[in-house]
Amino acid sequence: MQYVPNIRIVEMPCSGTIDHRVLLQAFEDGADGVFVAGCMEGDCHFQKGNYRARKRVNAVKKLLDEIGLGGERLEMYNLSAAMGPRFAEIANEMTERVRRLGPSPLKKQSAGTMEKEGDVA
Amino acid sequence: MSAEKTGSVLVVGAGIAGIQASLDLAESGYYVYLVEGSPAIGGTMPMLDKTFPTNDCSMCILSPKLVECGRHLNIKTYTCADVVDVQGEPGNFTVTIRQRPRYVDVDKCKGCGECAEACPIDVPSEFDQGIGERKAIYKPYAQAFPNAYVIDKENCIECGACEEACQAGAIDHSMEEETIELKVGAVVLCPGFEKFDASKLAYYGYGRYPNVLTSLEFERILSASGPFQGHLVRPYDKKEPRRIAWIQCVGSRNCRVEHGYCSSVCCMYAIKEAVIAREHSKEPLEITIFYMDMRTYGKGFEKYYERARNEQGVRFIRSRTYEISEVEDESKNLRIRYAQEDGSICEEEFDLVVLSIGLEPSSSIKELGRKLGLTMNEYGFAEPAPLTGVGTNKPGIFVAGAFSGPKDIPETVMQASAAAGASASLLAEARGTLVKEKEFPPEKDVSGQPPRIGVFVCHCGVNIGGVVKVPEVVEMAKNLPNVVYAGEYLYACSQDSQAAMKQIIEEYDLNRVVVASCSPRTHKPLFQETVREAGLNRALFEMANIRDQCSWVHMHEPEKATEKAKDLVKMVVAKAALLEPIPQVSAGVTKVALVIGGGVSGMTSALSLADLGYRVHLVEKEQQLGGVARRIKQGLKGEDIPSFLSDLIARVTTHPNIQVHVGTEVQAVAGYVGNFVTTLTDGQEVQHGVAIIAIGGEEYKPTEYLYGESDRVFTQLELEEALAGGDPRIENARTFVLIQCVGSREPQRPYCSRVCCAKSVKLALKLKEKNPAVNVFVLYRDIRTYGFLEDYYLEARRKGVVFIRYDSANKPLVEKGDSALKVTVTDHVLGVPVVIDADVIGLASAIVAPESNRQLSQLFKVPLNEDGFFLEAHMKLRPVDFTSEGIFMAGLAHGPKNLEENIAQAKAAAGRASTILGKDQLESHGVVAVVQQDKCAACLTCVRLCPYNAPKIRNYAAEIEPLLCQGCGTCAGECPNKAITLQGYKDRMQMAMSRALFREV
Repeated sequence: MQYVPNIRIVEMPCSGTIDHRVLLQAFEDGADGVFVAGCMEGDCHFQKGNYRARKRVNAVKKLLDEIGLGGERLEMYNLSAAMGPRFAEIANEMTERVRRLGPSPLKKQSAGTMEKEGDVA
Repeated sequence: MSAEKTGSVLVVGAGIAGIQASLDLAESGYYVYLVEGSPAIGGTMPMLDKTFPTNDCSMCILSPKLVECGRHLNIKTYTCADVVDVQGEPGNFTVTIRQRPRYVDVDKCKGCGECAEACPIDVPSEFDQGIGERKAIYKPYAQAFPNAYVIDKENCIECGACEEACQAGAIDHSMEEETIELKVGAVVLCPGFEKFDASKLAYYGYGRYPNVLTSLEFERILSASGPFQGHLVRPYDKKEPRRIAWIQCVGSRNCRVEHGYCSSVCCMYAIKEAVIAREHSKEPLEITIFYMDMRTYGKGFEKYYERARNEQGVRFIRSRTYEISEVEDESKNLRIRYAQEDGSICEEEFDLVVLSIGLEPSSSIKELGRKLGLTMNEYGFAEPAPLTGVGTNKPGIFVAGAFSGPKDIPETVMQASAAAGASASLLAEARGTLVKEKEFPPEKDVSGQPPRIGVFVCHCGVNIGGVVKVPEVVEMAKNLPNVVYAGEYLYACSQDSQAAMKQIIEEYDLNRVVVASCSPRTHKPLFQETVREAGLNRALFEMANIRDQCSWVHMHEPEKATEKAKDLVKMVVAKAALLEPIPQVSAGVTKVALVIGGGVSGMTSALSLADLGYRVHLVEKEQQLGGVARRIKQGLKGEDIPSFLSDLIARVTTHPNIQVHVGTEVQAVAGYVGNFVTTLTDGQEVQHGVAIIAIGGEEYKPTEYLYGESDRVFTQLELEEALAGGDPRIENARTFVLIQCVGSREPQRPYCSRVCCAKSVKLALKLKEKNPAVNVFVLYRDIRTYGFLEDYYLEARRKGVVFIRYDSANKPLVEKGDSALKVTVTDHVLGVPVVIDADVIGLASAIVAPESNRQLSQLFKVPLNEDGFFLEAHMKLRPVDFTSEGIFMAGLAHGPKNLEENIAQAKAAAGRASTILGKDQLESHGVVAVVQQDKCAACLTCVRLCPYNAPKIRNYAAEIEPLLCQGCGTCAGECPNKAITLQGYKDRMQMAMSRALFREV
């Protein structure tokens, strides 16, 4: 199993932990795209964390739309720990999407030219 | 019995039952020897894709248990090992184990897989059911414990390639068989099952036609870790099938192959596979299940079936399958010839046929039973001692799981906890005598010190080092802020590296440690322990995953992989600088149990715990103990229930550790796990560490079929009482009609009451036994005599009981006739109405949840399901636990079950409760959420959100009880004022990681 090497992963105990400002900070720092990978709906080890995460991701997507960055740069995915190939698919899919959207307008000039994507799992 | 008892237990078989039993025992103060024949623990569960009825990923829910079991200080696992002999008496057994050679040193092997890369021999993979391949040196599956390879000598050509490839020097072709002797106090047998060999039924063509598969093969095809990565294709031509058929009862309910019993799980797994197949398929998929009776009798199963039928487009055909033949063209499609219910013969073509194969005992399992002198039934399964749930004819030897009959995962887990509980009760006096406890040096106080970070980068043989330029990563790390040491290691997890790590922590006075290597899932606990041994708090450790998430997945892009590895290390180092010690919070445990409900379940739980030496308060709202069982005269196997019950009541009321409170209910509950204070309606205040809710169920009072209008219409329980009491209405009756599913499987009660089919069959037999001349008709929708209960169904048919199926849309009509009751039902074979003049009608009325469930659910803040029964923490693996710790359930409170099953569950609840009562101190779960009280506005968001009831409001601010918090951080994410943070995962840590990523060093 192989996927594009331009995502960086931040480990979380549950997608339900992720705060709005963590997602926003990633964009502010220069991420071109961010995706949150949570458990399958109904499968949350902590009951409902992934539903909360989806709500927050949707709220931040709205914000990104409002400020002109584009909500498309952020996505929530549901997959299980045994779905490696699906993760690879998502990584590739998200990269393609971000390529299409181009570099983030917020990207600091000094951050170099390499595309990087944050990913929170 | 003379000698003192031994405080250890032998658990045979390391499937989910063995793992659960081992964990429960080890947590309750007993040392466990877990013996497994195969090279890895896990059993059948890792092979399954999803599990019913929640569609949870099987591996995901099992994997934490594998890690916990594998790492437990008080569980010693022997894989590739068999039990040869057990001698001695309860409390003191001597066990002989044969340890077969693995040819790989488990302590040295890092599971990196270089050996398998080098091995030239391909062998069909047992794990993938022969669809995929493995090497002659292999690891059964990715998440296996031990995380070590094994050589299959039968296929090995001893070319030495693996030895050359192994940088850890773990391979040893000269290993020999060993005999090990162990002393244990009790034995738990859970060797599992074997799958039925479908090629024994030639008319299905399995083995001859490539597109006829077994259900387990199909499971591997669906699995993301399977031979086709979860893509639904036919192994024959890799084409996506458009039409798939399942054939039920292959090797079950079939006396001709001596498998007269029902395998209990196949109906549900077939529906599950059908539903998942549809999800996996890109093309529209036609799905058909050919079955005799749909046996979806477990909790939540009926709704799953209904959903599949009504919403997910699964076609169910009640039929008899005669034959499968192959279409004579390249497609090698299959034609199924079957008879419909009305007798008409049909033929249909499918691209793929899945045989729902049954469960059977393997020959080695039968041999084990024979060797130990256990009573086995005619099919070769263990026969448990009556009304013990998990006992056998040999005291001190217990059984769990499919060894005593086919069963699903929750029941298996329940029995495992029950067998653990029963073993623990037997060995109560020896509790804690053999368990080990790890001693650590005192923790260094690092508060106020500037971070001094050490970075250890692992090559993982060539797994990381072969792709990522490790020296470059190390050089980069050396220049990161706060890093005072960085070094590279061939295997960071090896013994010598661990020793070096401790020394370096000392030498460089490190106060934060970062390891860049593999998955935290498997290795974080190991490194944390090393760090702790060096005097640092466990939370001062962090990991960067540069193998699974980097070198493995970017194998062909070494430059970019190296860049990514550097970034990952950078990010984790930035986080590490902010890490703070997390103090372990602990609290004492009130070693007293509160059991609510004085029926068979409650009394059984109470006795188990009392025998373990704990004080128990048993609360019953009626004036006498016994519950619904007082109305039952005979068990399903003919057991004498009244005498069983009076014996049980006598044991409970005379037990010095049990205080019975009759005519009493729970009024108020305060506190949390280990320290509850409950007020009873008699005003008494009870302090307890755990609670078991076992308040039972009620019989539905029918409004249909003239119940209450005619004195000849009885409920099942009433009929049983009348029959036993010699009621003249029964004595003089010539024709009986028993109607099934009265109040069950209806829109307002969409669940199966599980026990009624078997109960009606037994009542029918009893009536026939009393007077063979009477006519007994059973009107049913599906006969659900699962497991060995099927034998009674067969017996009833042989003895002339007439079974007529009716449809829920066309229910039987009961009218008052001149002298008798007139029952009209449409015969399923003839298709015409049949009129029966019945003297007595028995209604199999539903088991319903009592109203008081609602009240208790509010008092204990534990959830109910839609049907009013208590909802367990996890349908599969935590069947008697609540999400709130320290509260358990047993019996009908959880859902409909027969007496034997209730007893097993009651023992399971006691077994689980003893894992808490067995501890002197309860410790928090490592990472917990904390509230900064001056920022809290007491908005109650956290209180409403938390599934574990951890946050409480005190003095206008939230407070999170660390012993209840499970560390998910949902509250921290949601807290509108950011007053809550999750230790180890604070927002500022995540933000520091993102900053470090995008900042040039």
